[in-house]
Amino acid sequence: MFLKEILRLFHRYHDLAPQLVPLDYTNQPEVSLPYELIGSMPELKDNPFRQRIAEVFSEDGEGNMTLDDFLDMFSVLSEMAPRDLKAYYAFKIYDFNNDDFICKSDLEKTLNKLTRDELTEDEVRMVCEKVIDEADLDNDGRLSLEDFQHMIMRAPDFLR
Amino acid sequence: MPKKSDTARKLEDVGIEIDGDVESAEEDKKAKSKGAKKTAAGKRGKAAASEDGEDEDEDDEPPRGRRAANKKKAAHADEEDSDDDIPQRRCAGNRRRGKVRESGRDGENEKSGRKNRKGGNKKKDGKGKGKDKENDKDSDKDEKKKKNSSGDDSKSDEEEESMSEGEMAKLMEEVEEKKKLIANIRIKPWRMRRRLQVLKEAQQFVDKFEGALGKGKGRKLYAYKVMMMKKWIKFQRDFENFRTSCIPWERKIKEVESHFGSSVASYFIFLRWMYGMNLVLFSLTFGLVVIPEVLMGLPYGSISRKTVPREEQATAMDYSVLTDFNGYCKYSVLFYGYYNNQRTIGFLKFRLPLSYLLVGIGTFGYSLMVVIRTMAKNADVGGGDGEDNEFTFAWKMFTSWDYLIGNAETADNKYASITTSFKESIVDEQENQKDENIHLRRFLRVLANFFITCTLGGSGYLIYFVVKRSQDFANMDNLSWYEKNELEIIMSLLGLVGPMLFETIAELEEYHPRIALKWQLGRIFALFLGNLYTFLLALFDEVNSKLEEEESIKNASLWYIKEYYANYSANNPNDTGTPPPMDPADIIRGPCWETTVGIEFVKLTISDIQVTYLTILIGDFLRALIVRFLNYCWCWDLEAGWPSYGEFDISGNVLGLVFNQGMIWMGAFYAPGLLGINVLRLLTSMYYQCWAVMACNVPHARVFKASKSNNFYMGLLLLILFLSLLPVVYTIMSLPPSFDCGPFSGKQRMFDVIMETIDLDLPAFMGTLFSYVANPGLIIPAVLLMVLAIYYLNSVSEAYKNANMELKKKMQMARDEEKNRRNNKDSTNQVMKDLEDLLPNRSPAPPENSAEKKHDQGGKSPKVKPGSAGGGVHLQKDVSLASANPSARGPVTRAPGPRGPGPLPGQPGPGRGQGPPPRRQ
Repeated sequence: MFLKEILRLFHRYHDLAPQLVPLDYTNQPEVSLPYELIGSMPELKDNPFRQRIAEVFSEDGEGNMTLDDFLDMFSVLSEMAPRDLKAYYAFKIYDFNNDDFICKSDLEKTLNKLTRDELTEDEVRMVCEKVIDEADLDNDGRLSLEDFQHMIMRAPDFLR
Repeated sequence: MPKKSDTARKLEDVGIEIDGDVESAEEDKKAKSKGAKKTAAGKRGKAAASEDGEDEDEDDEPPRGRRAANKKKAAHADEEDSDDDIPQRRCAGNRRRGKVRESGRDGENEKSGRKNRKGGNKKKDGKGKGKDKENDKDSDKDEKKKKNSSGDDSKSDEEEESMSEGEMAKLMEEVEEKKKLIANIRIKPWRMRRRLQVLKEAQQFVDKFEGALGKGKGRKLYAYKVMMMKKWIKFQRDFENFRTSCIPWERKIKEVESHFGSSVASYFIFLRWMYGMNLVLFSLTFGLVVIPEVLMGLPYGSISRKTVPREEQATAMDYSVLTDFNGYCKYSVLFYGYYNNQRTIGFLKFRLPLSYLLVGIGTFGYSLMVVIRTMAKNADVGGGDGEDNEFTFAWKMFTSWDYLIGNAETADNKYASITTSFKESIVDEQENQKDENIHLRRFLRVLANFFITCTLGGSGYLIYFVVKRSQDFANMDNLSWYEKNELEIIMSLLGLVGPMLFETIAELEEYHPRIALKWQLGRIFALFLGNLYTFLLALFDEVNSKLEEEESIKNASLWYIKEYYANYSANNPNDTGTPPPMDPADIIRGPCWETTVGIEFVKLTISDIQVTYLTILIGDFLRALIVRFLNYCWCWDLEAGWPSYGEFDISGNVLGLVFNQGMIWMGAFYAPGLLGINVLRLLTSMYYQCWAVMACNVPHARVFKASKSNNFYMGLLLLILFLSLLPVVYTIMSLPPSFDCGPFSGKQRMFDVIMETIDLDLPAFMGTLFSYVANPGLIIPAVLLMVLAIYYLNSVSEAYKNANMELKKKMQMARDEEKNRRNNKDSTNQVMKDLEDLLPNRSPAPPENSAEKKHDQGGKSPKVKPGSAGGGVHLQKDVSLASANPSARGPVTRAPGPRGPGPLPGQPGPGRGQGPPPRRQ
């Protein structure tokens, strides 16, 4: 079962770039697909965070994915994945500058991606302040993983 | 990594084998008991794998070479891996197997020596294998495998022999554990590489020992279970999707909502709800009244009430006549007058008059029930306006994107809806933050309400005055055009100016737009009631005049029929039989006020539909077209400047819908076809307005969140339902029905049909029963009882509401507490620090000081911590109080005691926050 899924994913991976990915994976080729290809998958194409997702899951942090990364990504995004795992990766996705905290600039980026820059500066600032105000439990002005999990585990919509 | 091909499965097995090898090798380096154990595991795996391998060897020769190659590659990879993350993997492995190991330790320990030895062997094997691999591929492989497998077989045999009962059980447990692991591997938070590895280990373990313990059934069962689980989840999701797709217009409404906010969507949801309710009413009426009459009643032209009178027949098919609902329309199944007063119709003995009355009453009953039920249900959904979640914005920010979206259009909508919902929340938040001059605001609100009351009173008087005048005019001749149409003109002017005036005045109040909408709705509703009042007044005048007219016609008609028969017998003296019946078209008939009323309502509804649709077409569509296309050649910016695009008028549309429904309720009894018209209207209106909104309107400047329940709309609807109930019930109970049309003709009152049924169709005791029930001695206690029940339920709901509030408060407290517990490290410490700063100054003697301090701390710290629910504010207060004290205590007489460098603010002191602060000195 597990393998069947992997196989299916492998075919997806292979189909992204048939010329790059060998069908025969016996000798562990050092193949990684560039972000442009990954980001053009229908699953990610319309996702405002596709670049971040690719970056988080790729080993090199630039969105170029090996097959392993690819499988990882899909297993985390699958509905079988446990919530705390998802929360962890969600945290990483929203943590744009990789400093293990979601700070204001991360929030602003998130918000602008979500609304396609349609909110005014003031509104963005206000929303970010509110978010931090709501979720920041240790009052350090930014969200740690703990804060994030605390908050997101209570969200009714956090099922993906 | 696994090979993705048809040999993948085999690869897995092989990979496992290699895995075992590598592990054993690496384990050896460490040379610990742990290592020994791991080796054993690896060995076991290997045994299983090679068993497998042997089977396959026999089965299919060709792929073997490939497999061998695979194996080598995998081995390489794994070797590399293991070099990198030995510690990590080891610890993961430990963690994973911790339980198993503990249980299995005792049994294993005794064997460990033996195993260790075997591990050594193994290691040699592995090394040899590795070398072989380097040299050549196929030829050696076979042999080696044979060797391995034989060795393993023997070993496993050995192991099996040495197993006792208890070990069996333990093993069983272990196998179960592994199987569970296999089943759950997918949801383990590990990287793919490690997961595969663990999976392999677990699988080989299970493979091996399942063989030893019995069948591989368990695993299959697990696989099956997991598969079913997956299928179930998928089914649930599909079912959910299916259910959502079954909700009519859900997509359309969501689309509107995403662009225009929930307030506009609330109108469409209301519209959809109305459609549902009207559909039920429609099917009731058509199923129980209209269709039986059409199928089983007398056909058109059989009796006078079903025939167009002779003088009208020439024009009965004219378009203009038909659009006025005269001619054939008037004498059709659409209206009350068409129905016959036969007690039963058709072979089914369907009691049409009874059914007509019951459906008429049932319409109201059902509507009341549905409206009230919906209100009650909505009350516990949203309860209040807006949300009081702790994480409104955070959730919006982090969980609003739907990661399943894979369609550009959907994504666009989602972006829009996220933006809109953010805007809604921002508006709410801004309202919360607003704190201005409360007195001024109150004054302005009172002022605005005063103005509006004046306006309403004025318009009420105006309507009264105009109605009076029009009644005078009705008796006069040669009126001017204005005098003839004065009432209508005044009414439509009021309807036009009133809402605008209210909106302007409402600016004064500066309510939140959601509340402002409610006020606006209420005020316009009050204004429109005047409209309703004049309409009903005019109608009652007409009905009364018709009733008077009827008396005379009744006599004339009877006389005419008698005359006809007299003439007939006079003209044909030798015919003794019954004369041929009169042509129904020739009979003199009464005015049939019920049909007149029905026609009035139908006309009103139709004109309302026309006006609404034309308004949308001109006011929105044409305006949008002009603004859009004339903008290229205009001297100012039409889009940004004056005409601009229209906004969706929520209050107007909602009230239109509500009043329309009132018309339907009032008219449905006299024109059963009205319900059909209304259903059509709502249906088209849904599509038309959705289109119009999406095509020609722009979102409100301040998109606001509608209250989750549409209860305000429902309340208006209930009011109008009650208002429309009154005239209908009045006519049913106290006006005599027309003598020659409708299902109740010939009776004193309409409800007599019920009495008749009780008397004639039900057994006699039922009649007496009803007479008892109708006895005031029974009715009054029943009413009393109901009042008591209402009172009781009311107080119960009140109590629940209070309890709810309490719980909410408690939750809020708990939340604060949690939040504070986390920060408290800091704030508690702050207090402590201040206390420490304070204490040495206070007491002259250092030794006492320390004691006192200790005491103080003992007293204070437990108090502060549990009291943290009070929030940081209280703590801050404590602090400020405490720090105020020393200065009041008088001058410091001696230098501070020899205390260590206390923790400076911002600099974490030792033991900060945990337990009592360290004592100094």
